[in-house]
Amino acid sequence: MNPRRIFLNLSVFAKGYLRSRVGLFFALVFPIILILLFGAIFSNSSSTTVDVYVQNQDHNSAMSLRFLEAINSTKAINLHFVSPSVGNLSKWLGANDLSDGLVIPAGFQSDYYNKTPVVLTVITNPEQTSTSGIVSGVVQGVANQFNLQRANGTQILSIQPENLPTLGGQSFQYIDYLVPGLIGFSILTSPMFSMVNISSEYKKEKLFRQLSLTPLTKAEWLTSTIIWYILLTVISTGIMVAVGQGAFGAKVTLSPLMLPFLILGPILFTSLGLLAGSVSKDPETAAVIGNIITFPMMFLSGTFFPVSLFPGWLATVAHVLPLFYVIDGLNAAMLYGNVAVTLTDTAVVGVLAVIFFAAAVRVFQWRET
Amino acid sequence: MTEVIHLQKLVKDYGPLRAVDGIDLSVQKGEVFAFLGPNGAGKTTTVEILEGLRPRTSGTVRVLGLDPWTENKKLIHRLGVIPQDFKFFEKIHPREAITFYAGLFGKKVDADSILKQVQLEDKATDWYEKLSGGQKQKMGLALALVNEPELLFLDEPTTGLDPQARRSIWEVIRSLKSEGRSVFLTTHYLEEAQLLADRVCIINHGKIAALGTPEDIIQEHGKGEVLSLQAAPRLAEYLRTKVDLPVRSENHTVDVELSTNADILRVLNLVEQSGIPWTGVSTRRDTLEDVFIRLVGKTTESGDLGGAGSGGLK
Ligand SMILES: Nc1ncnc2c1ncn2[C@@H]1O[C@H](COP(=O)(O)OP(=O)(O)O)[C@@H](O)[C@H]1O
Ligand SMILES: [Mg+2]
Repeated sequence: MNPRRIFLNLSVFAKGYLRSRVGLFFALVFPIILILLFGAIFSNSSSTTVDVYVQNQDHNSAMSLRFLEAINSTKAINLHFVSPSVGNLSKWLGANDLSDGLVIPAGFQSDYYNKTPVVLTVITNPEQTSTSGIVSGVVQGVANQFNLQRANGTQILSIQPENLPTLGGQSFQYIDYLVPGLIGFSILTSPMFSMVNISSEYKKEKLFRQLSLTPLTKAEWLTSTIIWYILLTVISTGIMVAVGQGAFGAKVTLSPLMLPFLILGPILFTSLGLLAGSVSKDPETAAVIGNIITFPMMFLSGTFFPVSLFPGWLATVAHVLPLFYVIDGLNAAMLYGNVAVTLTDTAVVGVLAVIFFAAAVRVFQWRET
Repeated sequence: MTEVIHLQKLVKDYGPLRAVDGIDLSVQKGEVFAFLGPNGAGKTTTVEILEGLRPRTSGTVRVLGLDPWTENKKLIHRLGVIPQDFKFFEKIHPREAITFYAGLFGKKVDADSILKQVQLEDKATDWYEKLSGGQKQKMGLALALVNEPELLFLDEPTTGLDPQARRSIWEVIRSLKSEGRSVFLTTHYLEEAQLLADRVCIINHGKIAALGTPEDIIQEHGKGEVLSLQAAPRLAEYLRTKVDLPVRSENHTVDVELSTNADILRVLNLVEQSGIPWTGVSTRRDTLEDVFIRLVGKTTESGDLGGAGSGGLK
């Protein structure tokens, strides 16, 4: 690896990128549009308060009351208490023509202290998407805080949604999750979409062949493009944090713990994009392969909605997606300040980045064989 | 003399297709060597093997004493290459491209003097995508020059260019020769080969059909005098029924290959008898073009110069 050649290629690559403008839109402008859009939609809906009927089966234990108090303090929810003696809360709500409910199970307090998993049942009406999102989001958010306090983020309290739960939960607040989620989104999409395209176009236009006639090596070429996407990621992260905080008061903090993800993420996805582009026989196939890889990852890794709100099987799927670890790590770094989680996620993303980089350099050929 | 290129029994298969079928040749230092053949003859395949862009199926290949496929990163420092259909990054202009390229080779160059050398100085800051075909090709040539190569490979550098652009590229090739550099040029323009090359290799269907100086080739493969008339093709049809000499017709020109001087009178008499109008009569010796047509035409079954091959002949 020769730094001078890497720098030269970086400057030529950057010029081409900046001059064509399309890439820049996706890398910098698009995530901001998304923040503004999603932020606006969800900050409006959370201004209404929702009536929630609570059935406390834990005999009004101190911990259960603290939990409910925390929910109450969000001001998004009006709590009403329902006696455990009415039996099944779902049925009761249905009979009384009400929609949203929460069941605190018996043993809540002791299980919480003993760090035994506890399942909270949240009942919502799937037809009322805006209120059900708020209810599950708020309960989820408070549960997360309690998990953090007691077990450093390990899941004790979990939510059992009833009646087709709608995705769209907020934790602290939706916008707080949205910022790291969209940073992850742009770490994924800005290198993936353009690398898939660039690498298949370069192959078709024989530009790799042209570069192979110079001392530049494949690894140097890939490294310089990675550096470019790291720069873009850092810039877009700064902008997104500023917009999130400025426009919506997002409670995210800039932490040095984010850095590994802003570096390793682009390494991983630039390499993956190159792999996808170079195994495809033409740019059209490359675009299809790129989309097949990118789209599921884009929606299922916690970009727009926290993975903790996913039904079990979908959450399992999320755990095999590399972007999940990027976003999980960013959440830990920017929201919870949870060092342990960031380090584990850094390790996972780091290993994947090395594997994908090595695979890309190996599989991708400048010369026809 | 030193050998810069050495090929022995070079074979290249693309699946079932044998694109290069046992080529032996040797190019000396300082030589301009033209590889001439119709489209699909195997020129690009051979050149790409020499440049280290393609592996061979079998045979011996040495370029500047190195194996171009395995020792490619060593070799490129000493080579200048314009691939067929040269392309570059769309939004980079020639001056940046030259500086970039030279930097990769670890060379400091005066971009403007190279641009001047290829007569592209007035387009120094136009994006590549905005350049004309000829200007793009000149930029390719400029890139091939940045590392002061000993040996240049130019794969159809003038195909599709206007005469002026073609001439300026010829000029550069001549100046390269005068600097003692070796040039391996492929073309399907005979004129170009004849004007520039010390030696020519005519290749067809992956095999060498003729090799030597243009004079040697004409001597060896040419056939005496040719009588040319400007007349409609039906004159050729008429003559074919009357004489047993080879008669060709192309672009309103009818060529008759003569065996003896007496044939001239005989043919002209027949022309007169035919009553078909004609103008401009001349006799000439075979040119490289005649030889090329004969050699390449002979080896194609349909006799139409291997399809696209004829398109390149003017
Ligand atoms: N990458 C390739 N794969 C398969 N066949 C090829 C490939 N490149 C060239 N050919 C075939 O090999 C033959 C020689 O091609 P080429 O070397 O490009 O000829 P030329 O440069 O003389 O026009 C042609 O029949 C062509 O179709
Ligand atoms: Mg060719």
